[in-house]
Amino acid sequence: MRTLDALLGECPVFTGLDETTLELIAGCGRNVRFAAERHLFREGEPADTFYVLRHGVVNLEMRVPARRPLVIDTLHDGDVVGWSWLVPPYRWAFDARAAEPTAAVALDGACLRDKCREDPALGFELLQRFSQVMVERLQAARLRLLDVYGDPRVA
Amino acid sequence: MTAGDYHRLPREGLDTLVALLVGRGWTVVGPVVRDGAIVLDEISGAGELPIGWTDEQDGGSYRLRRRDDEACFGHVVGPDSLKRFRLPPTLTVFSARRGPDGRITMERQEREPRRMAFLGVRSCDLHAMGILDGVLHSGAAPSASPDETLIISVQCGEAGGTCFCTSMGTGPRAESGFDLALTEVIEDGEHWFAIEVGTPTGAGLVADLPVRPATAEESQEAAQRPERAATQMGRTMETGDLRDLLMGNLEHPRWEDVAARCLSCGNCTMACPTCFCVEIADTGDPTGAEAEREQRWASCFTVDHAYLNGGSVRPTTHSRYRQWMTHKLATWWDQFDTSGCVGCGRCITWCPVGIDITAEVAAIRASDEQGNAS
Amino acid sequence: MSPETLLDPAHPLTPRMLPVLATRRETEDTFTVELDPGERLAFAPGQFMMLYAFGTGEAAISIAGDPAEAGRLVHTVRALGPTTQAICAVRPGEVVGVRGPFGRPWPVAGAEGGDVVIVAGGIGLAPLRPALLWILAHRERYARVTLLYGGRSPEQLLYGDELAAWRERDDLDVTVTVDVARADWRGRVGVVPALVASARIDPARTVAMVCGPEIMMRATASALTDRGVRAERIHLSLERNMQCAFGRCGHCQLGPTLICRDGPVFPYAQIAPWMRVWEL
Repeated sequence: MRTLDALLGECPVFTGLDETTLELIAGCGRNVRFAAERHLFREGEPADTFYVLRHGVVNLEMRVPARRPLVIDTLHDGDVVGWSWLVPPYRWAFDARAAEPTAAVALDGACLRDKCREDPALGFELLQRFSQVMVERLQAARLRLLDVYGDPRVA
Repeated sequence: MTAGDYHRLPREGLDTLVALLVGRGWTVVGPVVRDGAIVLDEISGAGELPIGWTDEQDGGSYRLRRRDDEACFGHVVGPDSLKRFRLPPTLTVFSARRGPDGRITMERQEREPRRMAFLGVRSCDLHAMGILDGVLHSGAAPSASPDETLIISVQCGEAGGTCFCTSMGTGPRAESGFDLALTEVIEDGEHWFAIEVGTPTGAGLVADLPVRPATAEESQEAAQRPERAATQMGRTMETGDLRDLLMGNLEHPRWEDVAARCLSCGNCTMACPTCFCVEIADTGDPTGAEAEREQRWASCFTVDHAYLNGGSVRPTTHSRYRQWMTHKLATWWDQFDTSGCVGCGRCITWCPVGIDITAEVAAIRASDEQGNAS
Repeated sequence: MSPETLLDPAHPLTPRMLPVLATRRETEDTFTVELDPGERLAFAPGQFMMLYAFGTGEAAISIAGDPAEAGRLVHTVRALGPTTQAICAVRPGEVVGVRGPFGRPWPVAGAEGGDVVIVAGGIGLAPLRPALLWILAHRERYARVTLLYGGRSPEQLLYGDELAAWRERDDLDVTVTVDVARADWRGRVGVVPALVASARIDPARTVAMVCGPEIMMRATASALTDRGVRAERIHLSLERNMQCAFGRCGHCQLGPTLICRDGPVFPYAQIAPWMRVWEL
């Protein structure tokens, strides 16, 4: 059974962090499992826990009245699920649901925020790494906004 | 006989030459005055040439003026060129019919070969014809003109107001590419032509003309004419590193400057003797029974020239002017291993707002050398 | 006309009318049309034909068929204008005019010995299909072969059955993604370029062939170079206004290149500087 900090160190968002830092972060985490179709969190709920996927697939979904839910992103091994724990108002903006049996490390966002306040250097490091994730997701979202596969005759 | 080896042809010998060509079944095309300009048209005699006329050309300006002599070729190039004989403005490629059984029959339009004698071709236009032929002969489907062609060139004795053939290395002296070359001399009350032979066909023609070898003095008289013209150029263009200069300045502020003046009318492309863009236009009748394909002159200045599902790749005058000029002076080298420009000056003269390609090059060169190019 | 091409060099602007063998609807606006070339037609993956709808017009459409099947000429066409709409509406027994094949093909031979990653967006899979079929038919000449494919939604993906069969193969790594989907979609949601980061390739010995909307190709090429694939080994298929298709009419220019003759397939290293100049 590998330690939590070792598992975290394998995830791209935490790769390169030193042993001490990984242990610090692992102190806020625990192993969790989700059966297929179970929700990790729902839109509007407080964003205190976020996840780093070890194995499985998680759908990010939006529910729209009178229509079936829309999947706006799928996340896979090593991906971070959720960054709303980092920025106020700390609320989830969408649903996250396991598309298949999923193993993840759940991290206590409030706990991590406290540790970052105590250790600003850690705070800056984590903010940089999560900003990277956000930028990649934003870029992908913008690409989709462009509707590149749409009818090119439409301005 | 070699080029530069002159024979003397009396003035009336020109009439004999044209009559000879017509008599032998050639369609003779030469300069004529029409609608206030000197254009190319079929002539049946030397009397139809623009005798005693000259042209005054400048940016966006063209006027004919009477000369004080009776020169037959005392002008330079007009708005049209030999281009339309090599690349017709419109050409039916095929006509097709769909029968009631759905069967389609296609009728390809074949052009009747003609015997074309071009009289009065300047050196710049000779080069232009070579460049255009190079384009038409290139690629997967080289095409050669079905016509039999005869060229009687004229060595320019006076440069035009917008000429810059010396900058482009295309004149004013025609060195080759002609069957015969004429240099008109009006001096000391005499009017005659020095005639040079370029090919055996030309030699054959001269054999039937009232010529005699030119004297040393007459030869010098003749040789001086294009030399004098070379000193009178209306414009110059420094061409040294032109391809790299332009392709390295695609974001230069000058393009926006010229775009503010350019009307995107395409006159330059119509007048230019090497512009070759054509559009392939398909039409059909509403019943679906008939169809036709035409090839027509096109211009990169039209917005839809670069149309691509949903819009134009070059929606602004800025990008379209840049496309024209960089193709003509730079990327023509990449595509055809030569410049596309022969320095004839037509684009300058026939631009309604007088945009001068030589000035545009100079402007980009100037700020580029000062390191101010963006 | 040479039996291996449908282009008469003496009359290069006159199409040959070919009978329609079959048509198949791929998506709401995209159809695959199969024509009978009559004789053995040789083409290289990535080349295109000019397809003529009688009395309407011509469109440059990449050949989408199997290069080994010389007895059928296959195109996947999206109905976007009068010409493509007319072509998509043909029925077996009717005829479509063709000229070609034209253009520089995918470097399937140059990619031998290394990894290949094929990245397709939307209808961009059609010009890549012949390359993939060729590579699969000569599978032993290549190391790892990966297909990354995406479209707007599951309904817009092409070649459904064939795609499923490709996914079953263990000598082909296939990842499919869509921009957006309903919750019953059991696959990935996300953009194609984002798939590059986790593709199992050895960048040092990878050749990439990319086709799709230009924005998608640029983002994909960026992602590939970020991973260390050299720009000379990334190949894109570009599109511009094509009329003659043999370098004579001047319409398809991009800087010094003529897309119909120097492309449509270009190494990214060669074409990137010209793609970056706005409105070139």
